[in-house]
Amino acid sequence: MLSTVLTAVPADSDWINFDVNALAQNFWSATFDGLTFGAIYALVALGYTLVYGVLNLINFAHSEVFIMGCYGVFFTLSFLGFGPSAPNLSFGQILINIILALIAAILAAAATAFLVERLAYRPLRKRNAPRLVYLITAIGASFVIQYLIFLWRGPLPEPALTMFIPTPIFEVFGTIIDSQQIIIVVAAVIMMVIVDQFIRRSRTGRGIRAVAQDPDTATLMGVNKEKIIVTTFIIGGILAGAAALFYVMKIPSGVQYNGGFILGIKAFAAAVLGGIGNVRGALLGGLLLGLIGNYGQILLGSSQWTDVVAFVVLVLVLLIRPEGILGTSLGRSKA
Amino acid sequence: MRAWMLTTEGDLMNRKKVMTALATAATLTLLMTSCANQAATPGATSAAAGGGLNLDIPVLTSIETPKDAVLPAGDGKATCESTTTLAYIGAETGANAQLGINIFNGIQLAINQHNEANPGCQVAFKKFDTEGDPTKATGPVTQATKEENIIGVVGLPFSGESKATGNIFEQQKLVHITPSATNPALVDNGWTTFFRGLGNDAVQGPAAAKFMTDQLGAKKVYLVQDDSDYGIGLGATTTAGLGDALAGSDKVTTGQKDFSATISKIINAKADAVFYSGYFAEGAPFNQQLVAKGFKGAFVGPDGVKDDQFIKQAGDASNNAFFTCPCIPGELIPTFADAYKALANAEPGTYSIEGYDAATVLLAGIDAGNQDRAKLLEWVNNYDAAGLSKHYKWDDKGELQAPAVYGYRVKDGKIVPIGPIGE
Repeated sequence: MLSTVLTAVPADSDWINFDVNALAQNFWSATFDGLTFGAIYALVALGYTLVYGVLNLINFAHSEVFIMGCYGVFFTLSFLGFGPSAPNLSFGQILINIILALIAAILAAAATAFLVERLAYRPLRKRNAPRLVYLITAIGASFVIQYLIFLWRGPLPEPALTMFIPTPIFEVFGTIIDSQQIIIVVAAVIMMVIVDQFIRRSRTGRGIRAVAQDPDTATLMGVNKEKIIVTTFIIGGILAGAAALFYVMKIPSGVQYNGGFILGIKAFAAAVLGGIGNVRGALLGGLLLGLIGNYGQILLGSSQWTDVVAFVVLVLVLLIRPEGILGTSLGRSKA
Repeated sequence: MRAWMLTTEGDLMNRKKVMTALATAATLTLLMTSCANQAATPGATSAAAGGGLNLDIPVLTSIETPKDAVLPAGDGKATCESTTTLAYIGAETGANAQLGINIFNGIQLAINQHNEANPGCQVAFKKFDTEGDPTKATGPVTQATKEENIIGVVGLPFSGESKATGNIFEQQKLVHITPSATNPALVDNGWTTFFRGLGNDAVQGPAAAKFMTDQLGAKKVYLVQDDSDYGIGLGATTTAGLGDALAGSDKVTTGQKDFSATISKIINAKADAVFYSGYFAEGAPFNQQLVAKGFKGAFVGPDGVKDDQFIKQAGDASNNAFFTCPCIPGELIPTFADAYKALANAEPGTYSIEGYDAATVLLAGIDAGNQDRAKLLEWVNNYDAAGLSKHYKWDDKGELQAPAVYGYRVKDGKIVPIGPIGE
C-alpha cells in the first residue's frame, strides 16, 4: 500500500501545491457547484439526523435508501423513454415526467427505509439489543442492499439519463448559473424549510421531538413511539428520494449499486458537521461540506483532494466544537 | 433549546398554517422546475468555440493484413500431450469485464481453430478471474502458476494488475503475453517472462498528442488524468508530446462521478480539445457533463476509454469523441471478424485480435514442440513472425519492436477506425 503511494508521487515534483490563482479564477463556479452538491448532501443528511435524533442510531443503510431512490428515478425515466441524450419534448411533458420520477423515487426510497426499519431495527428494539448491535446491523443492512442491487443490476452504472439540458439563467461575476443549479438548490432548501416547519409545528413533529428527548416519558404522555419511529424513517426516505432525483439530474450516470456509498458518508459527515440531531445543522453542514470540498480541490489542484479537504475540515471543526457548528439537540444525550 | 431542534419545548401547532405552507412550497417547487425546463435548448455561452477543429475525419474501411501471417491452425500435424494448457488471467467480471471478454473470446477463437485443425494436439484453455483489480489479481495468478499443465498465459490485461503480479510469473518462469497493458514502466522490472503484445504508452501518448495537434488541429488541449498506473503513465507521455499545446491539466479519481470543478477549469482555459487519460467508467460521465456544460471541442480518450459502454453511458455527448489505441481494428479483417462473430455472437471488440494473436504465438510454439514452460519461454523470446494484426518480435525487455497506434472516432453511435495516427 505504502509503496503504491510512494511511487504515485514522483520524487521530483511538489505533491502539494496551493494554486490560489486557480481558486480566484474559478471561485464563483466552485461556489455554485458546491452549493448544488451541498443541497443534495443536506437532503440526505436530514435522514441521518432525524433517525439519530429519535433512536440515537446511525442508520448506515440510509445511503442505500438513497440509491434505491436513484433506481426509482432511473426505471421511471427509462420506461418513459428518457436516455443518455436530451429528450425532444415540450417543457410540459418533461415536467410531468420528472414529477412521475420524483414520485417513484420517493416511493422507492421511503419503502426501502420502511423495510429496513421493520426488518432490521424493530426486531432488535423488541429484544432490547445493546447500541453496538444496532450499529453492526446498520452496516450489515447497508451491505445487504448494496450487493442485492449488485447481483440484480451488475457492476456497471446504468446508462446516463438526461432530463433536460441546463440553460443559463443569469450571470454572476462572469459565471453562468444554470437552471439545473437553481432548481436543485431552491427545491432542496424549500423541502428543508418544510421539514423544519413540520417538525416544529405539526403534531407528529412534536411527537418526534418528544421521543427524541425522552422516549419513556413520551410514551407515558400518550405518544405512540413505534409509530413515530416509522414516521421518522419514512420522512428520511422521502427526503432521500427527492435527493435522488436531484442527484440523477446533476450526475446522469450516477445510478450504480455502490453509488450511494460515498455520498452517504459525506451526508453523514454533513450532519455531524452541522450538529447531528439538528435539522438546521444538516442544511448548514451539507452546504458547507459541498463548498469546502469544491474550494479545496481547486486550491490544491485536483479533485483527488475533494474528500481529503472536506474531512480534514470536518475533523478540525469537531476539535473546536465537538457538538457540531449548531450543536446537537438531543434531549437525552445525557442518558 | 430552540424550537427547530428536536425538543419537546413546544409551541402550539397550527395545522392549517402548516398545510398552507406545504401547499405553497410544493407549488413553488413545481414552478421552479417548469420554468427551468422551458428553454431546453443547448446552453452554449461560455464554452470555447472549437470551430477551428477538423472534426470530420473520414472513416477507415479496410486494412491490409500481413500476407505471411501465422495462423493458429498451423500445418495440422502437431502432436502434444492432452494435458497441455494455455490460460487467460484477467477480468471476467467487474466493471472492466468487457475488455476481458473481448480478449478471451479472441483467445478462445485461436484455440478452437488450432484444435480443429490439429487432431493430434488438443490444447486446453483455462480462465482465471482477477476483476481487473490489482489487489485481487495475486490470488488467481498464484493459483495459475501452481498448475503444472499451464505452460503459457495470455494476460494480464491491465497495467495495475500486471505490475502487481509480474514477480509471481517471474518466479515460476511462466511466459505471459499481455494483450493490452500499456504502462511503459512494466518492462523496467527486469522480468524475463513478461511480453507486451502491443505498443506501450510511450508510443501512444506522443501519437495521441500529435493526432490532436496535427490531425484535429487543436491549439489548446486540456489534459485530465485519473489515479491509476495507466492514467498517470499515459498522462505523462501525452503531456510531454503536447508541449506548448497543453493548456492545463487536472487529476480525478477512479469512481468519481462529478466533474464540475474540472469542467469549469477547462471552460475557463478555453480549451478546444480535452484528453482524458483513464478508463471509460469515469470518461463517459466526464464527457457527458462536459458537453452538457456547453463544451464544443473534441474529447479524446485512449484505449481505456474506447469501449461501447462509453457511448451507452455518454449518449449523444459521445459524438465529439475520438480515441487512440495501440490496437488494430480486428473488425476490418473479414476472416477474423466472421469467425469471431460466429463464436462470440458479437463484433470483435478492443483487443480481441491482440488476444487472438498472442494466443497464436503460444500455440505456434506448442506445435513446434515447445511443450514445457522453459521451452515455450525460449520460443517467445526468439519469436520473429507476422501475426494477423502486426509483426511480432520482442526486444530483450519484452517490448514489441514495431508497434502501431490507431485512431478511432464515434460515428452514428458506433466506434469506427480512422487509420494509423502519430506517424
